[in-house]
Amino acid sequence: MSATVQADPPVQSPPAPPRLPRRVEVLAQAVLPVALSILASGVLLAVLGRDPFSFYGDILDNGLLTGFGLQQSIVRVATLLLIAGGLIVAFRANLWNLGGDGQWLLAAAFVAGLAPKVVDAVGRTPGLALMLVLGCVIGAAWTVVPAFLKAVYGVNEIIATLMMNFIGINLANILVKGPFLTDLPGVPRTDILPLPQRLPLIGGSQVHVGIVIAVGMMLLIHFGMTRTPLGLRLRVLGANPRAAVHLGLRPKRLTFVAFAASGALIGLSAAVSMLGDWGSFRADFNPAYGFLMVPLVFLARMNALGTMALVALFAVIQIGGDTATRKADLPADFILVLVGLLLFFMAITEYYRLRRERRLALSTAAPADLLSEAASDA
Amino acid sequence: MRELLTQSVLTALIAGAMLAMVPIMFAALGESISEQAGVLNVGLEGMMLFGAYAGFNGALYLHTSWLGLLCGALGGILASLVMVVMCVHMKLDQIVVGVALFLFAEGVTSLLHGAQFGNDYPRIDGTGEVDVPLLHDIPVVGESVFHQHPIVYVGIALVFAVQWMLRRTSIGLSLRAAGETPAALDAAGVDVTRTRTAAVMACGALAGVGGAYLAIVGAGSFTPMMTQGSGFMAIVLAMLARGKVLWVIAMSFLFGVSLSISTALQLAGITISTDVVQMLPYVTVIVVLILFARRSYLPSALAVPYFRGER
Repeated sequence: MSATVQADPPVQSPPAPPRLPRRVEVLAQAVLPVALSILASGVLLAVLGRDPFSFYGDILDNGLLTGFGLQQSIVRVATLLLIAGGLIVAFRANLWNLGGDGQWLLAAAFVAGLAPKVVDAVGRTPGLALMLVLGCVIGAAWTVVPAFLKAVYGVNEIIATLMMNFIGINLANILVKGPFLTDLPGVPRTDILPLPQRLPLIGGSQVHVGIVIAVGMMLLIHFGMTRTPLGLRLRVLGANPRAAVHLGLRPKRLTFVAFAASGALIGLSAAVSMLGDWGSFRADFNPAYGFLMVPLVFLARMNALGTMALVALFAVIQIGGDTATRKADLPADFILVLVGLLLFFMAITEYYRLRRERRLALSTAAPADLLSEAASDA
Repeated sequence: MRELLTQSVLTALIAGAMLAMVPIMFAALGESISEQAGVLNVGLEGMMLFGAYAGFNGALYLHTSWLGLLCGALGGILASLVMVVMCVHMKLDQIVVGVALFLFAEGVTSLLHGAQFGNDYPRIDGTGEVDVPLLHDIPVVGESVFHQHPIVYVGIALVFAVQWMLRRTSIGLSLRAAGETPAALDAAGVDVTRTRTAAVMACGALAGVGGAYLAIVGAGSFTPMMTQGSGFMAIVLAMLARGKVLWVIAMSFLFGVSLSISTALQLAGITISTDVVQMLPYVTVIVVLILFARRSYLPSALAVPYFRGER
């Protein structure tokens, strides 16, 4: 797309400052932060007396290059993508849904708790379909209170979603230790959905159809947000709520819609994860995916396609890092250092990109603009 | 009901509540200052973890809890410098950097602790609680409220001091202006960047002390991720207090009570699921929000970076 823009000859060519070809710049934007965070954590590994090269080799091997690792990574991508998609919908409408983990865990508890019985009663395909819908409904239901408080009283949604988040986490545990508790010995958990009754696998692989659902949803979100009236309305609401009122939109209803869609996608992610990979919900299980996806979605500038790339990278690091940290005899939390640094460097790269764009805009601006800009800078 | 309110149960309840309240109170006080100045510190939990790690090591090697708390404050300030450089100076997104700081702090403190002690969790003995003369002899409150590490009273005094500073001094006025209309503050000749820097560093120091208290006095040891969400609780408390920081004391005590109530009830012979109890403070907040639905007022320039000369 950018190539065609580049091919157009400039109408009037002022002495443009030297700039890198657009493609190189985009690539550098993506690769530089990854390289820097790998370098910085590599130094940290060396300080701790570990061999950084073999550590990173293990991440790549176990997350991407072996068949088993690659399949695990793809399965993880399915879960994370749906959460990221849910966040995109809310963030685009400028609604900070920080309660993703509560929505996810509550939906997961319900789905895992009911799936074995429901699938037994109505058969595999209708049962699984019913459970996917249930996940969406529970996830969406958990956003009603924050949406109501925001839409009707203007209560800040960060407070409300964080509160509902903690309630959801505890409620999921109460459900698993109470009504959904299995008779099996060991940690409190729900009944286990037998392997043959889980989501169908693709071909002969270990990858279930969750990835198809997730990628499909992401494309739908991308299309919906950029090409449909509802997407436009949500973006207007996000960009300028007052303008939304003047345009005759109904911000209250849109707030409910955006929150519900966000929660539904996150609940769908939980259902896919429970029906596809886990098959059962353990008490005190909280992978904190919802929270981890927030900065990724933001750094991809809420673009569905960009988010897909970042999520894939993240999944490989997570899956490969599991084995790599164990081999290097480090706490598994080391991966958080790597992810934290990655986010820092991504944010810094973004800073330099914006500054560069400002400068370019400045140097091509009319002299009068330049003068006023200089005056306000002084 | 009579057996429930025995002296020992009440004492355990209030003592436990105080123990759980102090870290949240310090962190929420810091977050209040930072939010008033327009910086939303999502990385508060990370600052607490840095404070807990640094504070624990300080107390372990320097053998006094006071030096430990000082190290905790320094650790918190160190973590806050990340926010200062990236959010205040470079004007990057506060939520992204905050989340990154939180993840990084979780990872680094766990890693350092692992590299240092492996799977051992050394303990600090003698954490330095003192009895307040006279008041200590009052039943129930004497043994709970007036048998504390002195930093607890320092903390409560600090809340009053910050309340006074925000309402009655020109520094407080500058801080609030940096959060409301930074452009006006700039026009009045006060450096917005410097004001916000000071606010974030103060927040780091207070969160660090809170974390250090948790490790030194509360647990007597450091365990990875020991803050368990209290930083996020503190963020919510600060938002609900809306700059009226005296509320921070009351609300963090309420959180403390609900966190310690299950232990106290067990003493009274009643077993109640910790999941239910842990949920109570959040349910309370939501119910309060639904019933009273006051507009939760936040500084209008919160989480908005300030660019000079931009409208």
